[in-house]
Amino acid sequence: MRPFIRMLTPVLFVLMALTLSGCGEQFIVLDPKGPIGESQKDLIYISTILCAIVIVPVLILTAVIVWRYRDKPGSKASYKPNWEHSTKLEITWWGIPIVIILILAIVTVRYTHMLEPSKALASDKKPITIQVTSMDWKWLFKYPEEGIATVNYIKIPEDVPVKFQLTSDTAMNSFWIPQLGGQLYSMSGMAMTLHLQADEQGSYFGSGANFNGRDFAQMTFTVDATSEEEYKSWIEEVKSTSPALTMEGYEKLTEPGSSEVMLFSSFPVGLFEKIVTQYINGDGGAHQQHGSEPASEDADTADSAAANDESGTDNNAHHHGGH
Amino acid sequence: MLDKIKEFASEFFVTGDPLILGAQVSIALSLVAIIFTLTFFKKWKWLWTEWLTSVDHKKIGIMYIIASILMLFRGGVDALLMRVQLAAPELEFLHPEHYNQIFTTHGVIMILFMAMPLMFGLFNIVVPLQIGARDVAFPFLNSLSFWMFFFGAMLFNVSFIIGGSPDAGWLAYPPLSELSGSPGLGQDFYIWGIQISGIGSLATGINFVVTILKMRAPGMKLMQMPMFVWSVLSSCITIMFAFPILTVTLFLLFLDRYLGAHFFTLDGGGNPMMYINLIWMWGHPEVYIVILPAFGIFSEVVSAFSKKKLFGYKSMVFALMSISFFSFFTWAHHFFTMGSGANVNAFFALTTMLIAIPTGVKVFNWLFTMYRGRIKFTTPMMWTVAFIPCFVVGGMTGVLLSVAPADFQFHNSYFLIAHFHQVLIGGVVFGYFAGLYYWWPKMFGFRLHEGLGKWAFWFWNIGFYVCFMPQYALGLMGMTRRVNEYDFDMGWQPLNVISTVGAFLMGLAFIFQVWQIAHSIKFYKKEKDGDAWDGRTLEWSIPSPAPLYNFARLPQVTHQDDWWEEKQRIAAGGAPKPLAPLEPIHMPKNSGIPFIMSVCWFTAGFGFVWDWKWMIVTGLAGVAVCMLARSFSYDTDYYIPVDEIERTEAALRGTK
Repeated sequence: MRPFIRMLTPVLFVLMALTLSGCGEQFIVLDPKGPIGESQKDLIYISTILCAIVIVPVLILTAVIVWRYRDKPGSKASYKPNWEHSTKLEITWWGIPIVIILILAIVTVRYTHMLEPSKALASDKKPITIQVTSMDWKWLFKYPEEGIATVNYIKIPEDVPVKFQLTSDTAMNSFWIPQLGGQLYSMSGMAMTLHLQADEQGSYFGSGANFNGRDFAQMTFTVDATSEEEYKSWIEEVKSTSPALTMEGYEKLTEPGSSEVMLFSSFPVGLFEKIVTQYINGDGGAHQQHGSEPASEDADTADSAAANDESGTDNNAHHHGGH
Repeated sequence: MLDKIKEFASEFFVTGDPLILGAQVSIALSLVAIIFTLTFFKKWKWLWTEWLTSVDHKKIGIMYIIASILMLFRGGVDALLMRVQLAAPELEFLHPEHYNQIFTTHGVIMILFMAMPLMFGLFNIVVPLQIGARDVAFPFLNSLSFWMFFFGAMLFNVSFIIGGSPDAGWLAYPPLSELSGSPGLGQDFYIWGIQISGIGSLATGINFVVTILKMRAPGMKLMQMPMFVWSVLSSCITIMFAFPILTVTLFLLFLDRYLGAHFFTLDGGGNPMMYINLIWMWGHPEVYIVILPAFGIFSEVVSAFSKKKLFGYKSMVFALMSISFFSFFTWAHHFFTMGSGANVNAFFALTTMLIAIPTGVKVFNWLFTMYRGRIKFTTPMMWTVAFIPCFVVGGMTGVLLSVAPADFQFHNSYFLIAHFHQVLIGGVVFGYFAGLYYWWPKMFGFRLHEGLGKWAFWFWNIGFYVCFMPQYALGLMGMTRRVNEYDFDMGWQPLNVISTVGAFLMGLAFIFQVWQIAHSIKFYKKEKDGDAWDGRTLEWSIPSPAPLYNFARLPQVTHQDDWWEEKQRIAAGGAPKPLAPLEPIHMPKNSGIPFIMSVCWFTAGFGFVWDWKWMIVTGLAGVAVCMLARSFSYDTDYYIPVDEIERTEAALRGTK
């Protein structure tokens, strides 16, 4: 019986994974609330089923062979110690994986183009833009059109595409809201674009998925998707009741440490562009301190414009620092 | 004066943590105990002449294995500490800094200082015996490789108690690993520890490629080599191409940190993405380097214990070689989420999936080796049979990860952690255990207790599934790797507790294995002849453990599974092959230079870490002197006379 138990464990796991999916709100990756996450979930199911077509028979075959050909006195199973080759069989098992992988490859290539993160989502509503900066160890979110900023909190309207522009002020991180869709790295010296959308109102878990130092685990945030009216009134409320984010305030944020949720009614003009282009620097090597220049002396206006350029969104515009 | 010493000591040693203090005390005590024992039993000379200076591939192999088991213990303790920390939400068992250090050292140690040396140990012990050779092609270089690995590993490990451990992850992405992100010394220990041992690994790769191509017994064609030898060849070719990338990458990182260069910093025109690309150009082939020999071991074991020829030999060779080739074209699948664009991602997704094809074929061939065979469930075979379903499921989750747009949801999550542990434990560790159990009688001349081995097997297997299956689910719940704590309301706790229980079951399994070895030594029973398992390949045709020169007469090979065919022929009434007259055997002399030179490298590395110029100069000068000394030493070989061979053979084979 023992070999059977051994074989059964992984089979049970596959069954468990299949049955658990769908049910259980905790499986947030499999419980998406937006078009990108939805497609990714479909893709996960398609690829799992395609793989299972090969895997399940192999697991069963393993159990049967191990059981039938075990060495026991008086075994009636055939024994052919020199049988070592069969062109027909070998063509079969080169062939089956090739076919499966071919199908999976076609699906993958299609979805890869379809779900390219910098591709704008089809919608009749105008997307809102949120500029995301990963810091040590907090997230700074800026709404350039609305003029407000937040730390570790995002509010978005439902059914409206959101264009996230990602950068980092320190080590690389990865911006991930599982229920809306897959993650994308936030890297310093460049602005990357990730389009997501919430189809339903709700509160979604977000986190920094890529390790970036001591308080990395504290880099979680909440995304609230609400009705458009509620969203608009929230913007107004933040504008009227929250303090402004000044340059000094930003510099304080750059100090290493985790942070509570913060709301700001405004932020220095061009701050995001400044963070993105802080490494573009003619005199080779001299380290420009974060935000050490006064905001008025913005020497990188041209580059700032480029970083914010709508036309550059077909592909992620990489603004490499340096020369 | 006293204050100065105190100040130095507080900087030099890691202080302020009871766990580390305990380790420091126990390390000091064990060192004293070892020194005392060696002195008391007057074993220093024995240690030096029999082991430290030995160029015998079998002894070097044993030293590799001992070192790797010690490292398995260290890496395993790291793992258990992490699992304890994650067993409850918001637990304050480990500080974030310590947690970060522990997952960093766990990764580095398990891959580079546990899997690699265990693999090299098996290469060393088995390859020359399987191809009918008397040693490897470059025995001196082989000894140097071992000591470079050993002192590199020691340099890395010493950071635990001196100077502080690295904490930027096992691949040390910049800018976190640059001075700006890791101003401490841990990252320097990381660079020099890996650098020094990496040179040893590269040399081993070259050594075994040459050994396999040039040192095979007369008559053994490439397509008659045992499958393990083929797997070693494919793995070593991969090493030859991959390890130089690692050396260069770490050297550039060293320049960044030590001389203020800007290869991977944004200020000054460098680019951290370049590091990530480079490190994975080594890192991805690296995992194939460790898994390919495991495939070879499974092929040997499955054939030996099914009492049947390996099915689809040519397919197997082709699969090994194509996996080793394609392993160089998949590296970017480790960062699909870097935003390289759809075409780049699609390319790397497809190359990754492509590898599933030859791997799948190998599984079918193993299955059909058992088909119409007679399967004996000895411990090596049990590990092999357990490997197949485990690796098949692990491979499947790997294919899921390779689907680039879906990977945006799996990346950096516990799903990924579960996947690579399943292929690395289910594939590599199970494989090397199978190999260790299979060749143990050949190495030491006695068997391991089967009953205790089966206990260890079941604890490992059940522990593995209990530990890692919940992690797939945790990944789908959004838990990311490397978090040291999580909120209670995420609902991650129950599965984390289960996972921790599984990890401790594997810890128990390790204790069973130590017990098994101790028990088998205590009730030592010498193997009567060298053929412990009614084996098929040449290593089973000589006594266990093999004499210094391995083969008194070099075998004349005519078949694949030559020893099996010979036994069949004699059983069918054929006459044994006539014995050729013995001839003096040409052997390499032992040398202390590899050991001394590696100590010098360690010294230089330690000097670089602390930036003590006098130490760097001393160490590097020592290296240069060792190289010169080797260049001018001509007395490096000798002959074993015929009468000594006769005496040894008579003693080993009883009366003959």
